[in-house]
Amino acid sequence: MSIGLLLLIVVGLGVIGYFLGRRRALASVSGDPRRLHSLPSQYGQSVFLFTVVPALLLLVVWLMAQPQVIDRQVRGMVAADGSEGAALSLKMADVTRISEGLDALVARSAVTEEQLDSMRADFSDIRGRLAEVGVAVGADVEPDVFQAAKARRSLVGTSALMMSLAVLALAAAGFAFALNRIGPEFRARNVSEAVVMALLIGSSLVAILTTLGIVLSLISETLRFFQVYPAREFFLSGVWNPQFRGGSDLGIWPLIWGTLYVSFIALLVAVPIGLLAAIYLAEYADKRVRGVAKPMIEILAGIPTIVYGLFALITVGPLLRDYFAQPLGLGNSSSSVMTAGLVMGVMLIPFVSSLSDDIINAVPQAMRDGSYGLGATKSESIRQVILPAALPGVVGAVLLAASRAIGETMIVVMGAGAAAKLSLNPFEAMTTVTVKIVSQLTGDTEFASPETLVAFALGLTLFVFTLGLNVLALYIVRKYREQYE
Amino acid sequence: MTDATANNVPASSVHGGSLLSQNVRTRRRNAAERRFRLYGVIAIGLSVAALLLLVSSVLNNGVSAFFQTYAKVEVMLDPEVLDPKGNRDPAEMSKVTTIGYGNLMKDAFPAALQKAGISVEGITDKEIGDMLSKEAPAQLRNRVLADPDLLGQTIEYWALATGRIDGYLKGRVTMASAELDSNVSPAQLRLADQMREADMLETRFNWDFITFPDASELRPEAAGLGVAIIGSAYMMLIVLFLALPIGVAASIYLEEFAPQNRLTDIIEVNISNLAAVPSIVFGILGLAVFINYAGLPASAPIVGGLVLTLMTLPTIIISTRAALKAVPPSIRDAALGVGASKMQSVFHHVLPLALPGILTGTIIGLAQALGETAPLLLIGMVAFVRDYPSWPVDGFFEPASALPVQVYNFTTRGDPGFVERASGAIIVLLVFLLCMNLLAIWLRRKFERRW
Repeated sequence: MSIGLLLLIVVGLGVIGYFLGRRRALASVSGDPRRLHSLPSQYGQSVFLFTVVPALLLLVVWLMAQPQVIDRQVRGMVAADGSEGAALSLKMADVTRISEGLDALVARSAVTEEQLDSMRADFSDIRGRLAEVGVAVGADVEPDVFQAAKARRSLVGTSALMMSLAVLALAAAGFAFALNRIGPEFRARNVSEAVVMALLIGSSLVAILTTLGIVLSLISETLRFFQVYPAREFFLSGVWNPQFRGGSDLGIWPLIWGTLYVSFIALLVAVPIGLLAAIYLAEYADKRVRGVAKPMIEILAGIPTIVYGLFALITVGPLLRDYFAQPLGLGNSSSSVMTAGLVMGVMLIPFVSSLSDDIINAVPQAMRDGSYGLGATKSESIRQVILPAALPGVVGAVLLAASRAIGETMIVVMGAGAAAKLSLNPFEAMTTVTVKIVSQLTGDTEFASPETLVAFALGLTLFVFTLGLNVLALYIVRKYREQYE
Repeated sequence: MTDATANNVPASSVHGGSLLSQNVRTRRRNAAERRFRLYGVIAIGLSVAALLLLVSSVLNNGVSAFFQTYAKVEVMLDPEVLDPKGNRDPAEMSKVTTIGYGNLMKDAFPAALQKAGISVEGITDKEIGDMLSKEAPAQLRNRVLADPDLLGQTIEYWALATGRIDGYLKGRVTMASAELDSNVSPAQLRLADQMREADMLETRFNWDFITFPDASELRPEAAGLGVAIIGSAYMMLIVLFLALPIGVAASIYLEEFAPQNRLTDIIEVNISNLAAVPSIVFGILGLAVFINYAGLPASAPIVGGLVLTLMTLPTIIISTRAALKAVPPSIRDAALGVGASKMQSVFHHVLPLALPGILTGTIIGLAQALGETAPLLLIGMVAFVRDYPSWPVDGFFEPASALPVQVYNFTTRGDPGFVERASGAIIVLLVFLLCMNLLAIWLRRKFERRW
């Protein structure tokens, strides 16, 4: 039974439960709602919640746990010949692929279930049959792998069936239990509100779960990486040269250098422009100009980064190459630190300007008036009174922008290039942490080699960097706000 | 007001000059003032110029993707070739591959040219045949399979021209560049000129760009966004159905019920930090948890939807909380006063009043999710997918692409025809985003209430 249908049945049962519960409550007091403890609809609600919520929770838990349980059982079958580590995980990947291929074969009715039962790896042409449904298997299929694949397939089938039954049974049980409880004395409102409250709390825990998921997955994969690759090399080596046959150099420094260089150029563009724009909008612009210019700048923040990436790739990159890099003899690559930095700078302008705008507006009017009263011109007051007062906030804004720049991916993927270099020339292609995370993890990847696992270590580095910057920036901004409140 | 201060005070009192003429220092200070003001204008001008340059670059490169060149070919659909058994059974007919149709067209095309009185001297039949896209026979085949009655007729078929011929009509390919290009010859371009004069070659609006699936590396002329648009739409559905209820529930708890304690603090800090985590980290999370751990299929909208849900949640929570906060306490007090429970006051009174704000925030969150690319690259949405996914819910688990990822995909290919496609795809994306943002603005204008 498909999950969609199952969901539909459970929710349908819940809706029926609502109406039955309501009716039963009313019937129990022979149609006089004043004798009920709660409103009739709250009796219905309690039945609905008891039917739907536990069943759906079970469904989610089952779906999360099923792959692990099946994996463990199948692993035992394949590991019988003593294969371990990378060889075992390769085999497991084969098992998964083949069993999915068999599913596809059956779905296309190319083979019947009976034929499948009698199929054996050493007799039938499994590889050819699988190729029909677009499943490519590297070598000929070994018998034990094929048996494991068949076992996996039947386990998945049984598990899906059992899951449907269990979920339906739980829904029915909740339905019966909740319906049975209904009577004039039953405190339906308290019960259903308690369940709703639990749901609300559960929803707000999703944020914590997400963070937990991020941190745990990054840390566990990073530890796995350090088991196959020395941590000292990763943190101290200045060479990044992944080889997919092994023996790679995976030093993080060229990537960090590229990231910082691109971010630096981006900030060099974004901070002056953003800050001056914010000052103009906050202090000089009349209402009409502000009404036009501010939304225009904010549009820049709403444009997806892929658009900036394409802009860097097809417009800015060639422009810089043809008019600056080549005539100056600085290089002839259209993707360069400069390209990515400039475009990213444009992307960051609205971050700097809208945050600084808020901060400048938060400077008390009394300070401006005091400065004017002493005879300062407007620009003198801005430079000598308002900006120093707003400085902590502006620093916070710049840090937030820096954290954006470091974590930005598409612009650098499309604009900065892929060569890991430690160079000062801004017209050369360099690469960043995010680019390498993308390039190490896209495509068909095997999750045991240091070349893919390094992406998680890079991810953790990135996470720690940006989180640190953010916490610092928020702390500074908050401190600053308190100063004038 | 500023000028007045600057003009009046220092000139007369400090240096004893005339009130009517500025002394050197005043002039310098006023010049500094004007300069500073100019810097601001320049900064705003630069930002607006960057925006305009960005938009015009995309439009310039992309509008042509919505037009496509077709060549008129009169094809005799020979039943002998296309339906050797002669029983008009589509299952039998589908055994004739595109190669069979290709040969038909290759023969028919030069003949059609001669019939129209176009000289084909100095150009081989093969070169003429190469002017048609390799996708054209496949499209002809689909058309015949859909309508077997066409067999035996001579139909006027508008076949896709190759990307180079298309580029020539759009000005991307020139005679000079054709000299250097192994995929197209000047003779073919001259023939294209003649065909255009004979109305056998024309460029028209290209709906196929929006509806067709992606095409292979060598066929930019046939590449479309159909699968990507469906994939993006599925992901938005998932985000809407997961992020909206979870986000609203979380906000209601935090804003209306949560006691001031450790746990609440942790949740709050968490949400504000999640909002600033780089999107690619969410991609790593999706890869590690949803694909490697939970075993969900890679490149499926369900995984993309879940990842984008987690990314959008902070945005929705933050805007929903602002909307809830904007509902005045008197509403809650009144509800409690007439005997509603706390839960009833929230769900019956506060929530409906906050709804416009919540919806606005949700739409903006969705727009953000729609343009997000980086996390989707990691969960395998870059795969080359030609089959349309089926209807939900099953379609959520089948491979699909997504609009922004499709753009990235186009840019990684060699053929220059894909630059136009990528920019065209961006235009489609931006149109969707524009519509969503306009909807959000309209909602805000229409329903916003000041208390």
